Amino acid sequence: MSKQLRVNPLLCTAHGVCAGLLPELISLDPWGYPILASGPVPPGLESLARRTVTSCPALALLLESSPPARTVQPRGSGK
Amino acid sequence: MTEVADAVATRALEPAGRAGLPRVLPPVPVRDLRGHQERYGVPGLRGPELISEVERAGLTGRGGAAFPAGKKLRSVRERAGLRGAVVIANGVESEPASAKDASLLARAPHLVLDGIALAAEATAAREAYLCVRRQVQADALAGAIAERGGYDPVPVQLALVPERYVSSAESALVRYLNGGPALPGFTTPRPFERGVHGRPTLVSNVETLANLALVSRHGAGWFRSLGTASAPGSALVTVSGAARHPGVYEIAFGTPVRDMLALAGGGGEIGGVQAVLAGGYFGSWLAGGAALGTPAAPDTLRAAGASFGAGIFLVLPAAGCGLAETARVVRYLAGQSAGQCGPCFNGLPAIADALEQVAFGPGGGGRGAHGRTLRWLRDLFGFVEGRGACHLPDGVARLAASALRVFADDVRRHERGPCLAARGHPVFPVPTWAAGAATPLARAREVRG
Repeated sequence: MSKQLRVNPLLCTAHGVCAGLLPELISLDPWGYPILASGPVPPGLESLARRTVTSCPALALLLESSPPARTVQPRGSGK
Repeated sequence: MTEVADAVATRALEPAGRAGLPRVLPPVPVRDLRGHQERYGVPGLRGPELISEVERAGLTGRGGAAFPAGKKLRSVRERAGLRGAVVIANGVESEPASAKDASLLARAPHLVLDGIALAAEATAAREAYLCVRRQVQADALAGAIAERGGYDPVPVQLALVPERYVSSAESALVRYLNGGPALPGFTTPRPFERGVHGRPTLVSNVETLANLALVSRHGAGWFRSLGTASAPGSALVTVSGAARHPGVYEIAFGTPVRDMLALAGGGGEIGGVQAVLAGGYFGSWLAGGAALGTPAAPDTLRAAGASFGAGIFLVLPAAGCGLAETARVVRYLAGQSAGQCGPCFNGLPAIADALEQVAFGPGGGGRGAHGRTLRWLRDLFGFVEGRGACHLPDGVARLAASALRVFADDVRRHERGPCLAARGHPVFPVPTWAAGAATPLARAREVRG
């Protein structure tokens, strides 16, 4: 099963370690927060991705089985 | 909304095209249980039959996302199991330009409470909450709840939620009721899987629940007799800005935006309506003129580049400046960031800065400076979209992008400095308690280019 990177924006504090370890899939925005490439992690990069996830000092980076389990609820405001 | 506006709202509803209305919003408040039962009767369908009937009726959420209510009920019911589910009625209404949930709770509290009771029964709920943000609302509703006694399957608990733009997001309510702050969470699993006290949780807008109570009584056929095939039923809308009679109105889905504005007396100023901010501060701009013929429903407004959202419509007069209004609203929204997610608390103030530069900047920087600000703005939209725990950053980017699109001519004119209207008084309400209330001109400064 293919894997997908995800970042928990509540935990991320812009250390930037992930972009240094996995520049193939992660770049940084002007404030240093990671921008993840969309789509599944290529099989060749999976072990590197796993190592990057464990290296995140804030434990904010996740490697999930794709597609993520969010099929029922909408992405609306929910107000 | 004021009592006066309410009275006007109900008086104007007689002409043709208003048959079958009002549904959920009675012209005079029905506060006691006996009066409520005389007007509406008692609920009919319950439990699994009610869920199927709601699916047939095509009832959608009235909180902004327009998600199918039947599907949501069913997914919570399926997961309830032995531990039971939780029902949250969302009446927080943190959009500053919305008054429809408060009006509904004031005028038909028992219809909402019926809806909560029916939803709780249908989802096998053990707990039920009604969330509001004002003490006076909670006091009035406590009286209504006490009057119902053992009428409901589970007692309804009132929750007073702190007033903040993002506090009415689904995940924020769940966090708050679990003893945390009323701020959006990183939602895996989603509330319908595991929410309050670890139970599957149905979060539903109060207007959706009032409609549920009517579907239980009259069925899907009756429900679909108003509205369009894709958006059946009626909807509450709040019309404000430069409308002659701002207020809360109940319309059939699919009513042209122009006719809906006519209910509120139309644009109150010379020159008519320049544009409408459809969907409130979480919505997008709809140009004046021909676009006002767009039927007011989620799918049709989306196709027109705007949105229905929670039924909020703000009228921009011909003499107003859409860029200035948008800049003020975006500054308010930037101040409403909970400060949890980096792209949001960095990106939103940067978008507000750049938009103020476009709207209020002194000009004279030549074509280059203006163009750089606009390019930076578009880059910023990309940097914030989809990168927060809630959808506040997405909403800000969407609103600002729609302003640049609909007011493209004004964007070009502002290259030589702010227009007269931008220097004038604001038309749209922005709460004064909001952070970042400093004057836009004082804040306007050279933006990174």
